[in-house]
Amino acid sequence: MRAWGWILYGVLAAIGLAGFFLRFATGHQLAGYGSYVPWGLWVAAYIYFIGLSAGAFLLSALVYVFGVRRLEPIAPLALVVALASLLMALITIWFDLGHLERFYYVYLRPNFRSMMAWMVWLYTAYGLLLLSELYFALRRHLPRYADRRGVTGLLARLLTGGRKTPFTQEEIHRDEGILRVLGTIGVPLAIAFHGGVGALFGTVVAQDLWHSPIYPILFLTGALLSGGALMTAVYVFFWPRKDGQWKELSLLLGRVVLGLILFDLLLEWAEYSIPMWYGVGSEFKALWNTLFGPFWYVYWVFHILLGVVVPVLLLLWGVRGRLGAIGLASFLVAVTFLAIRLNLVIPSLVHPKLEGLVHAYHDHRLTFVYFPTWFEWSVVVFSVVLGFTVTYVLVRILPVIEGRLLKEVA
Amino acid sequence: MSEMESRRAFLEKVASTVFAGMVLGGQPVKAGAEPVKVELPPRPPDGPILPELEYEDVLVRMQRDLERALKKGTTPKWVMVIDTRKCVGCHACTVSCAVENKLPPGVVYRSVIEEQIGKYPEVSWRFLPRPCMQCDNPPCVPVCPVGATWKRADGIVEIDYDACIGCRYCLVSCPYQARTFDFGESWTQDTPGQGQMPYEELPTFEWGEVHVRKEGVVPSSPVGNARKCSFCLHRLEHGLLPQCVTTCIGRATFFGDASDPESLVFQLIHQPNAMRLKEELGTEPRVYYLV
Ligand code: SF4
Ligand code: SF4
Repeated sequence: MRAWGWILYGVLAAIGLAGFFLRFATGHQLAGYGSYVPWGLWVAAYIYFIGLSAGAFLLSALVYVFGVRRLEPIAPLALVVALASLLMALITIWFDLGHLERFYYVYLRPNFRSMMAWMVWLYTAYGLLLLSELYFALRRHLPRYADRRGVTGLLARLLTGGRKTPFTQEEIHRDEGILRVLGTIGVPLAIAFHGGVGALFGTVVAQDLWHSPIYPILFLTGALLSGGALMTAVYVFFWPRKDGQWKELSLLLGRVVLGLILFDLLLEWAEYSIPMWYGVGSEFKALWNTLFGPFWYVYWVFHILLGVVVPVLLLLWGVRGRLGAIGLASFLVAVTFLAIRLNLVIPSLVHPKLEGLVHAYHDHRLTFVYFPTWFEWSVVVFSVVLGFTVTYVLVRILPVIEGRLLKEVA
Repeated sequence: MSEMESRRAFLEKVASTVFAGMVLGGQPVKAGAEPVKVELPPRPPDGPILPELEYEDVLVRMQRDLERALKKGTTPKWVMVIDTRKCVGCHACTVSCAVENKLPPGVVYRSVIEEQIGKYPEVSWRFLPRPCMQCDNPPCVPVCPVGATWKRADGIVEIDYDACIGCRYCLVSCPYQARTFDFGESWTQDTPGQGQMPYEELPTFEWGEVHVRKEGVVPSSPVGNARKCSFCLHRLEHGLLPQCVTTCIGRATFFGDASDPESLVFQLIHQPNAMRLKEELGTEPRVYYLV
């Protein structure tokens, strides 16, 4: 089983590295998007990853800010996952830029009327906040490792100034206080940046499907759902010790995921049912195309069937004690959420803003059809492999799980 | 081999001749000449009484308007007017724009939308050239994260190719889909031969700057940038009308200063049949259509 996991990792890493090199060697030439559908898989993957990050972070905030002690075991891990997903998101959107060497212009000459400029600034603040939260959550465990050789020892000495005496109860209490403050800043920050990503789409007047005030809320619910589901799947399958506490917490997380699926569906109903009722206009047409157009399966198979129906059934079964079902359901939700993100970005773009434009000038970049190419997928695979690697390495070298290293717990 | 070389030399010669022609074609039309009296054919003794007619090519009139606008000392208000009744759908403007700005494949500033009305045999065509509208309230401007695109005082929406990071947010925000992204492709790509043709290596003078496109790990702008129609700002600065205006064989495209009541465009946009695209969005386009 383990060997298969590593083989899979190796294959994905090879694909990802190929995509990485192709991106630099050939720029955007192998990508499937064009000028009429200017954003594609990478943008969808980016909002998907950033949602995972916000969701995982908000889960940790339940512990640090709202004092939900039952979730305490997974809080540091949630921070690590949030950090890794943030990295995945940023790297994906960085590759999407036409001039990746100019990314820092957003710091040098920001235009704060642009939602996108806000995003970058808020992400930066959020990234720094994640790092410091992780530091204050873990440093109390570090003195134990100060004598070790290797990266762990080095980090332990570096981060605590060579300290070897264990942290006192008082100091731990003070760190918790700091964590509460940081988390309290982080919650509005996470809401602002992810609601802001919703606004980045919602404010675009030219795109009828996006131009909806519900978007920021929809994005936040989506983040909670996808991030929560990811953490649940990771917890159920990969938590090193499967004891009573693990069982209890898995059941709780399963219920949370179930509730969030249903709430997300409710919002989606609000968003879809109204244009469907009036039945005319470009918003309706674009929506109709999403549901019954050539890519109907993205909605019905990947989103509704594999992202809602199957997980809900599995969860209903799972909350009676079948933890594997909870894990599988959460995994399905977390993975198929990309379909929701694709359905959010692409359908509005493939709907022409001026009828007849496609026949006015013929070029493969000037069409209203889009399908991600292998190259685009390989770049996304690169980000996923990177995120996984970062998570794995951090869990191995830092006492993320119950204040201990992975191999000590296992 | 030698055949290939001589072919290349020949094409180079042709290309440079064509280019020389373009430069010459860019000379300002001598304005100042007063309207010419139209010579009427001798009138048959019992025929109708014909009015006295004067004829002047609109290009000459617009050239005079342009010179006045540039000399008057205040900022002009550039507008474009397109008479859809006169457009014959020849796409000459699209092509001349591509030549003027050395546009690569996939980048187009002024496409002509064709619309068929009715069914054969009761059929007719309608044509709608679509440049950048240089909106007075441009949705493409506030979205730019680095402020690489802005509205100038004369009304043109400018892009700084050296600042644009290529995020394409402005492309999704333009309701007229007037912006295109430069993917770094070239016309000779994947064709047999020896690399790029000379015309592909010529610089573009858009926005009054000199840019030579080049693909690479760090591409040379405008590769990797959002690009769009500039109302031929670089030509205006030298007293020339936009290229699409001068090449319109139907004389269907007009250009000038709308703050000058004497100008042709002023008179045209105040006609009751002047309208703009997607007026309901409040973008206040600077391109008017006569219908
Ligand atoms: S037509 Fe499009 S690109 Fe041109 S100014 Fe208006 S919104 Fe911007
Ligand atoms: S593509 Fe360039 S001009 Fe357009 S919004 Fe992005 S940075 Fe600004």
